[in-house]
Amino acid sequence: MSFSTSIRDVAGVTVVDLSGRITLGEASGKLRATVRSLLDSNVSKLVLNLAEVSYIDSSGLGELVSAYTTARSKGCTVKLLHVQAKVQDLLTVTKLYTVFESHTDEAAAVSSF
Amino acid sequence: MTDPRKLRLNLESTLDSVEAAELIVQRMADLNGFDDEQVYQIGMGVREMVINAIEHGNGFGSDKTVSFDASIDDDAMHVTVVDQGSGFDPSSVRDPLAEENLMRCSGRGLLLMRAFFDEVEIGPGEDSGTRIHSVKYRTVSAGGIAQEEVR
Repeated sequence: MSFSTSIRDVAGVTVVDLSGRITLGEASGKLRATVRSLLDSNVSKLVLNLAEVSYIDSSGLGELVSAYTTARSKGCTVKLLHVQAKVQDLLTVTKLYTVFESHTDEAAAVSSF
Repeated sequence: MTDPRKLRLNLESTLDSVEAAELIVQRMADLNGFDDEQVYQIGMGVREMVINAIEHGNGFGSDKTVSFDASIDDDAMHVTVVDQGSGFDPSSVRDPLAEENLMRCSGRGLLLMRAFFDEVEIGPGEDSGTRIHSVKYRTVSAGGIAQEEVR
């Protein structure tokens, strides 16, 4: 399954709908480019919607961390939305659940900033 | 006739090899009675093994290959990956769970291998490089990935 991103604005919050597998190679590169492009546009509130992402490898996890740290260095806050069970397991095993604020409801995610 | 419980490949150091190895072992595991969760775990674990070999071992070198063996017996699936890199000491890898390393963008491959497989052994290859041997038992990890890690 190829990886794709779609960007929308919800009440001043940028929501990126991610779809597919975030793995080493093209997908990780596409996620990186999307986030950097948004940061170049001075986005300050960013939600990564993982509803359609059921598979992430170690490189994909690294890319999420990179997105978080790069955003933070530019004054942007990144939060996660609709983390699927297998991805949540990965965040738990890697302790990254302690890093990312995660929501199961889009309205709650948007209003949390 | 090809034995569906044994596989030996010589992989190029490319991303395509990662995808191929993952798909092939998942198919093997599925055909040989592993449940869906275990098939997923084996695929993810193999993915990390091969990424480690082609990226950190062989450095994506077009002149280097990865030896890949998978076999299934009554108790478990065994996977062995050997690269042609300069080898490494697994004890030198930073603990990705340590507070100071949590925000690093890499270094989680071994952790995930150990989470997805029941046993992971890392050592030098016979001639050069690094050899990683992993085992997934049929009965141990049916409840999700490495619950002992989660606790």
